[in-house]
Amino acid sequence: MSEQTGMITMQLMGKNYQVPTGLTIMAAIEYAGYKLVRGAGCRGGFCGACPTLYRRSDNHRIFTALACQTLVEDGMCLVQMPFVPVVSRRYDLHQIAAKPNTLLQHFPEIAGCVACNTCTRACPQGLQVMDYVQASLRGDIERAAMLSFDCIACGICSSRCPADIKHYAVGLLARRLYGKYVTPDSPQLAARVAELQTGNLIADLNALMALSQEELRARYEQRTFETSEENKEPFSAIQHYNSPMDPVDYKDEIEV
Amino acid sequence: MELIDGYPAAMRESIALVEQTRPTRLGRTFPAMTPEQRRELLLGHHPDYKDGAKRPLLFGPNKGMLLNHELADLFEARPLVSASLDLNDVDSDVDLLIIGGGGAGTVAAIWAVQAGLDPSRVLIATKLRHGDSNSTMAQGGIQSADRPHDSPAQHFLDAMGGGHFTNRPELVEALVSDAPLIIHWHEQLGVMYDKDEQGNFVMHPGGGTSRNRMHSARDYTGLEIMRVLRDEARNLHIPVVEFSPAIELLCDERGHVAGAVLVNLETKRYHIVRAKATIVTTGGLGRLHMQQYPTTNHYGATADGLILAYRAGAELVDLDAIQYHPTGAAFPAQMAGLLITEKVRGMGAQPVNCKGEQFVYPLEPRDVEASAFIRECSLGLGIPTPHGIQGVWLDAPMVDIIHGPGTIRSALPAMFRMYTRFGIDMTRDPILVFPTLHYQNGGIITNPDGATTVPGLYAAGEVMGGVHGKNRLMGNSLLDFNVFGRRAGIAAANYVREQAQPTRLSLEHVATYERHMRDAGIKTTRTAPRILPDYRGKEALERYLDIPL
Repeated sequence: MSEQTGMITMQLMGKNYQVPTGLTIMAAIEYAGYKLVRGAGCRGGFCGACPTLYRRSDNHRIFTALACQTLVEDGMCLVQMPFVPVVSRRYDLHQIAAKPNTLLQHFPEIAGCVACNTCTRACPQGLQVMDYVQASLRGDIERAAMLSFDCIACGICSSRCPADIKHYAVGLLARRLYGKYVTPDSPQLAARVAELQTGNLIADLNALMALSQEELRARYEQRTFETSEENKEPFSAIQHYNSPMDPVDYKDEIEV
Repeated sequence: MELIDGYPAAMRESIALVEQTRPTRLGRTFPAMTPEQRRELLLGHHPDYKDGAKRPLLFGPNKGMLLNHELADLFEARPLVSASLDLNDVDSDVDLLIIGGGGAGTVAAIWAVQAGLDPSRVLIATKLRHGDSNSTMAQGGIQSADRPHDSPAQHFLDAMGGGHFTNRPELVEALVSDAPLIIHWHEQLGVMYDKDEQGNFVMHPGGGTSRNRMHSARDYTGLEIMRVLRDEARNLHIPVVEFSPAIELLCDERGHVAGAVLVNLETKRYHIVRAKATIVTTGGLGRLHMQQYPTTNHYGATADGLILAYRAGAELVDLDAIQYHPTGAAFPAQMAGLLITEKVRGMGAQPVNCKGEQFVYPLEPRDVEASAFIRECSLGLGIPTPHGIQGVWLDAPMVDIIHGPGTIRSALPAMFRMYTRFGIDMTRDPILVFPTLHYQNGGIITNPDGATTVPGLYAAGEVMGGVHGKNRLMGNSLLDFNVFGRRAGIAAANYVREQAQPTRLSLEHVATYERHMRDAGIKTTRTAPRILPDYRGKEALERYLDIPL
């Protein structure tokens, strides 16, 4: 990589390693000679397998990051945290209702939230985690679902929470309740499923399957196309939940 | 190196040209190609047709099939355990073993239980964590023909044409006719798709689709589906053993598949699973980095299932065709190869060259679109990067211009977030893309119920082949793992009911495979399955000591 201008020092689990600048934390760990088994998954910011805790040389605070999505810095002192041993509770979504107290009933510990905002500061996705826990506490399932939607369940929030809340599980239940009970089922889909039972659509399919390859190619070339212009304002339902991806600005916080 | 809002000055000069041409390009789309033009472009520029990149498989049921060298190397490789491994002490005795804890495996497990299997008699074994898979990384959407002016027949036509009519029609029929049932099932499970106020799905087009039938959940569609499925499987008490990939299938005395040898990746202890039926759902192969391409794939995507199934005698299909997704990130270097969802083009962003000119219809089938990007760069019309590769621009700001400010942030939050992390604002600037290794089009041959050519062995998801032919369309892989995961789960559950527990477990098929390999004149010390790629630094490995600790 010609972008690299030099080497920096990273401290990985207490040992110093010289690594090139411009690498992600994950690539730097591998450069140093580690073969990852835990602590690596999709390598693209979608799976939550690589939560990392680190300090900077000029700061007493513990920062959090996804190793695959964060550049390594000079003087970084880091450790990977592949697993948070939280309790998992079971439920049958089909037997519960989306009531204001449903989330509290399943996760009573959310009542212990002290509104310290540590979860929000720790979230590598930049989500308003405390806000969705508070929304869950108030029984606002929609808000909890919307604010938690981009959660990748890395578990960093839960590892830092003084009330031992399992935030990502609360968000997951909120979203499933919202998807199943709050959002209306699609009338078009219901009609199509009913239509499929009649067998007419399958007859059309069978007619296509009976064509020769030449006939099928001809039918393919004769297809008409739907324009994409019909969906001008497609995201109104979620647009008023503004900027769920705004990164937290650490500079706003009081330095001790 | 000096960067101006994320880009070096040389790239900024080209961005200025993109901005200049943008007003005239709005509402004017480059025309789609004729079938002849597509064929010519593919033959001339698609990596699948590159001379010298492949060699034929020399033995077994698919003798003669052309494979990229990186994949052929794994077929021409020795097993990790010898055929004389002690199999007498069975660690897990189950009805159904599922190898792979991604989308297909999880769907199969849920439906096997729905079909009557006792959850405690099912076992999901997975290489990394439950849900670590390409399924989780799928962004753009899932196809299903459920609006009045669309139909499964139209979906069938799109999928067959996208695959250049090499798909197995009976598999495509299953895919498109089950699609609305799958989306309906997801609604019942609480998958949070993007919907309007009446509850109807917000639909987008994808490359090669003639109707807007892409159902999405922002640009986290795969993640949303996968986390709901995983939650459902947990709530059904289906056991999962993580960090335990299968390294060999086991057969009984008839040659029917009867379980597998797993290995604990941390202790390296092996674990014998005996099962009446086994479903392989190990996913794809992007981490083999064919022809040195970067990949969008998950860390564990190393083709293990193909190797294991072939050793047990299963037939394969279409593995000569690999999907290169047209829009992998090409800049900055840290993002190289990561997926830029096709939804960005579906929402109006055009690909343009270094002069800011359009050169291809934005939604050609993926292999055609990718070839057009490669050709543009070979003509000197790409944009060079400081790390040595080229790319073409994807004019992302057009999405907000067409659909209104804020659309990128609400409809493409994963893309926006990723670029923001690396210093680029995709609502203001175009993003640089180049094809990236994305999907295994072919795989293990199955019937529409997931049964392979070997009794007791089923396959579903990316590891199975035939449904997409030589080229998959966007939105048909999330659909594929749901449709065939479900079918394989139900079929395997029915098969299990008629079977007694296998009595004698054996690895004789592996010894036979090694004999065939020797007879074909192959001498090698390579081993397979690969399990994980190796990205350790050269400098560190130069001083590596392989000592017992």
